[in-house]
Amino acid sequence: MGLKMQQGHHHSVAVRLNEQMGTKRGYTFIQANRAWLPKFLLLWIMVMAFLSTMIYNGMDADNKVRRKDVLGSMCDQRARMLQDQFSVSVNHVHALAILVSTFHYYKNPSAIDQETFAEYTARTAFERPLLSGVAYAQRVVNSERGNFERKHGWTIKTMEREPSSVRDEYAPVIFSQESLSYLESLDMMSGEEDRENILRARATGKAVLTSPFRLLGSHHLGVVLTFPVYKSKLSLSPTVQERVEATAGYVGGAFDVESLVENLLGQLAGNQAFLVNVYDVTNSSDPLIMYGHQYQDGDMSLSHESKLDFGDPFRKHQMICRYHQKAPMSWTALTTAFLFFVIGLLVGYILYGAGIHIVKVEDDFHEMEELKVRAEAADVAKSQFLATVSHEIRTPMNGILGMLALLLDTELSSTQRDYAQTAQACGKALIALINEVLDRAKIEAGKLELEAVPFDLRSILDDVLSLFSEKSRHKGIELAVFVSDKVPEIVMGDPGRFRQIITNLVGNSVKFTERGHIFVKVHQAENMKAMVNGKAETCMNGGSDGGLFLSGGRQFKTLSGCEAADERNSWDTFKHLIADEEFHSDASRKMTTNEASEHVMLMVCVEDTGIGIPLCAQDRVFTPFMQADSSTSRHYGGTGIGLSISKCLVELMGGQINFISRPQVGSTFSFTAVFERCRKNLHGDMKKPSSEDLPSSFRGLKAIVVDEKPVRAAITRYHLKRLGIVVEVASNIKNTIAMCGKNGSLTSRNFQPDLILVEKDSWMSGEEGGLNVHLLDWKQSANMFQLPKMILLATNISDAEFDNAKSAGFADTVIMKPLRASMVAACLQQVLGIGKKRQQGKDISNGSFLQSLLFGKKILVVDDNRVNRRVAAGALKKFGADVECAESGKAALALLQLPHNFDACFMDIQMPEMDGFEATRRIRLMETNANELVNGGATDEGIIGKREWHVPILAMTADVIHATYDECLKCGMDGYVSKPFEEENLYQAVAKFFKSKPMRNL
Amino acid sequence: MEVGQLQRRLVDYTKSLLTEGILDDQFSQLQKLQDESDPGFLVEVVSLFFEDSEKLLNDITGALDQQSVDFKTVDGYVHQLKGSSASVGALRLKNACVAFRSFCEEQSLEGCLRSLQEVKQEYYNVKNKVETLFKMEKQIVAAGGSVPKTE
Repeated sequence: MGLKMQQGHHHSVAVRLNEQMGTKRGYTFIQANRAWLPKFLLLWIMVMAFLSTMIYNGMDADNKVRRKDVLGSMCDQRARMLQDQFSVSVNHVHALAILVSTFHYYKNPSAIDQETFAEYTARTAFERPLLSGVAYAQRVVNSERGNFERKHGWTIKTMEREPSSVRDEYAPVIFSQESLSYLESLDMMSGEEDRENILRARATGKAVLTSPFRLLGSHHLGVVLTFPVYKSKLSLSPTVQERVEATAGYVGGAFDVESLVENLLGQLAGNQAFLVNVYDVTNSSDPLIMYGHQYQDGDMSLSHESKLDFGDPFRKHQMICRYHQKAPMSWTALTTAFLFFVIGLLVGYILYGAGIHIVKVEDDFHEMEELKVRAEAADVAKSQFLATVSHEIRTPMNGILGMLALLLDTELSSTQRDYAQTAQACGKALIALINEVLDRAKIEAGKLELEAVPFDLRSILDDVLSLFSEKSRHKGIELAVFVSDKVPEIVMGDPGRFRQIITNLVGNSVKFTERGHIFVKVHQAENMKAMVNGKAETCMNGGSDGGLFLSGGRQFKTLSGCEAADERNSWDTFKHLIADEEFHSDASRKMTTNEASEHVMLMVCVEDTGIGIPLCAQDRVFTPFMQADSSTSRHYGGTGIGLSISKCLVELMGGQINFISRPQVGSTFSFTAVFERCRKNLHGDMKKPSSEDLPSSFRGLKAIVVDEKPVRAAITRYHLKRLGIVVEVASNIKNTIAMCGKNGSLTSRNFQPDLILVEKDSWMSGEEGGLNVHLLDWKQSANMFQLPKMILLATNISDAEFDNAKSAGFADTVIMKPLRASMVAACLQQVLGIGKKRQQGKDISNGSFLQSLLFGKKILVVDDNRVNRRVAAGALKKFGADVECAESGKAALALLQLPHNFDACFMDIQMPEMDGFEATRRIRLMETNANELVNGGATDEGIIGKREWHVPILAMTADVIHATYDECLKCGMDGYVSKPFEEENLYQAVAKFFKSKPMRNL
Repeated sequence: MEVGQLQRRLVDYTKSLLTEGILDDQFSQLQKLQDESDPGFLVEVVSLFFEDSEKLLNDITGALDQQSVDFKTVDGYVHQLKGSSASVGALRLKNACVAFRSFCEEQSLEGCLRSLQEVKQEYYNVKNKVETLFKMEKQIVAAGGSVPKTE
């Protein structure tokens, strides 16, 4: 079975694991697209490269535009200058033409001869820097040729320097500048170019240009400028005929365009960068170069054309400029683009790296999460395993213990008995340990649920104290409990678990304390704050009773006078708490509305004066299986699991546990726990057999407590107060007597005690026998009806002391500590002779209680196993139940068809066909339907007759731990019992259940 | 034999069964359940147990003889047997069943067959012992004594 359980468990763990994986795998965007990351990177790089190119292109285009603009402006500037210079020269030639017409034709005889002309032109050559020279050719008609040749003494020659053949007209050069003297007597009309020029010039009357040609002298490219000279003045708008007839000759000059442009460009900056070409584009299909190289070099991609107007409308010229070199690579653009690309690349890489990193971290995270889930599952599995194993160990251990008990009943030699007893003690310890482990495992597995039943906290504390009273008395340590009045009498909570915590803490204290005291104090947590606030005040005026305890060396105002780790429990604060309570007692009663808050937080302190916890071990006190050190466990025994369980339980109760400890001084463990307040009307239901009712017969009695230690006195007073006794405290016997009044006069101020309780220490330390005298004195002087009863309080008392006490007047009784209200009550009853009302019905065992619960109940047992069925039926029958059986879920369903008269149903879980869960689900469905029908049908009168169908169903299962209580509840079951039935378990399940349904019980 | 002697023998025998682990506390519980109102209770339960168990053992043997063994069915039978043996307190039989079930889960035919032998052995053992016990009780009753209560 164990294995089966384990298997099932693994399965559930696996399922949970899957679920967690499912829900927690919330992939982020990056995680989801992890495969795309490199592609994203690539894409990014490509985008970056593209953008870089764009930037480069943009910047480059800018550069080009600027370059082009520069080129354009340069070119235009050059063209303009060239044009200006040219036109200046043309004007001069014009002026020369006018000069010739004025002085050669209008004067008679002519004022100009070759000599004059040459000199004049030579001297004015500076005004025509562009012209290599000027010459004048006269118009000679063929008829005048003879005269002309004779007059000048030479014949007209052609350009080839041969005598000219006969033509209509000639234009022989008669005057020439010295540089052109070789032209003399040459007929200009014989050259094709010149002839055309001459004809065009005399027709238009303007300067005309030839197309460029190599000049005779310099072999530079040049053009010839020709101007007509007219004989007579012309009319304002002469016709071409008139112009031709009036023509007397022609002034011509050769422009050396090449040197002209060379000079010009030389004057301008940036000359080196440009390549300038000048063309004659009269015939646009065949531009003739005037300047520059015919074959083109330089940057062909960019050029600028500027128009040139040299004043001859027939000829068209233009200037084309280029850069000498190709546009240089734009380094700024290139660097900018490159830098941009690099930055983009880096950013991309960083993003990529970040992405990769995120993916990695997330992967790690998921892995960790998975591991965590696994670890948690393993932890749960461990707890389950522990629980299962513990459970399995318990059974044989019970056998061992039983056998040992039987063995001890037989006749044994003392050695054998000793062995057997040791074995039994060990066995019991083991069982206790296993139970603790089981508890812890249950808590860890989240299976432990706290009850919420009303219980009397004070009586539980009394019970715990009584457990340890023997031990504490034996060790001679004071054990005391004090519960503040503000703590409600009845609270709702889990008494068993509360008791477990207290028992554990007190048990530890008892174990580790050899002298001094153990003090359990309970008060409302809210009071604590007030107390701390009030502490300063107390310190200021607390000096008055400080001198009391200084007699025996170092004394502390604690319960036993020993130093305690936490001073909060010392009298200084404690007094304040009590005073506070007394002050508020009236007010608080009025303020019951204030107490209406549902929850009350209690603070429980357990203070001891034991060996304390070494500082180094203090932080692992609550770790399971950790003791202060290994020697501790050797010396004192124990496993160290108790505190960790207590911690878990305290946390389940909504509180916290902590401690203050000083080695060799003691420890104070304190914890808080939240309980619900119990509404008053529930008190009646609460009376459980465990809580003893305190007798009320002592109400109104008066007592004096004689104790020099205020804390201890307060505790005694607390217990007496619970019995309804009015208490005064005196620090010694003298004060007592003073309090009672010397002459016992019954004035209101004086206190008439029925009882005097004297602490043994006070009596011993006080004047020996003095009491006797006082008492006698008292007896005589006081006219009392009855002497107060004298009672001695002692932790431990020797026979001699006891006799001594008796003789000293404590004839009445000695109450052994630790004090418990019920025990005090019993003693007082004995002393005062007040009859005790018989307490009845308190010794009912679980068995008979079960019987009372189950008697006459009709119970259905559902199990497919005949034997199991019979055994369950037998067990239930024994408690007087009326049992019916069903062998399957279906049969049970049939039997539980409404209406039926079953009071409860015990259901096996594992059954073929229809298991217990399914059967229960169907039964609940059936009931719900029926309930709805009833409630729907009966509206008005239904309220009284309304009966909710809900048959209690308890699961029967072999594995209690694994039973998954939740699963049972989920399908509508009310609880579960272990199989085979254990009386205790059955009792718990049934009692819990029938109590919550008191109406059906009756 | 004297009644007292018989009674002591019965007590010793019962104790020995408990010590050997053949029976456990549950059996004692059943004994306690048997009182005047239900005198034949224990005998009835035990004979039911024997009947059931023999049938189940047959079923298991049959199921394991099959060509292809359906371990789930076998497991079901063994679960039944385990439940009833737990109910009567046949501890060792129960433990054998637990072992058997683990083999069923492993689907180990060999282990199952071995376990079956073990279970059978434990079953006949407990049957034998309990029958002896009853016989002794009968003897006591026949001798005019009353069956002593354990503990």
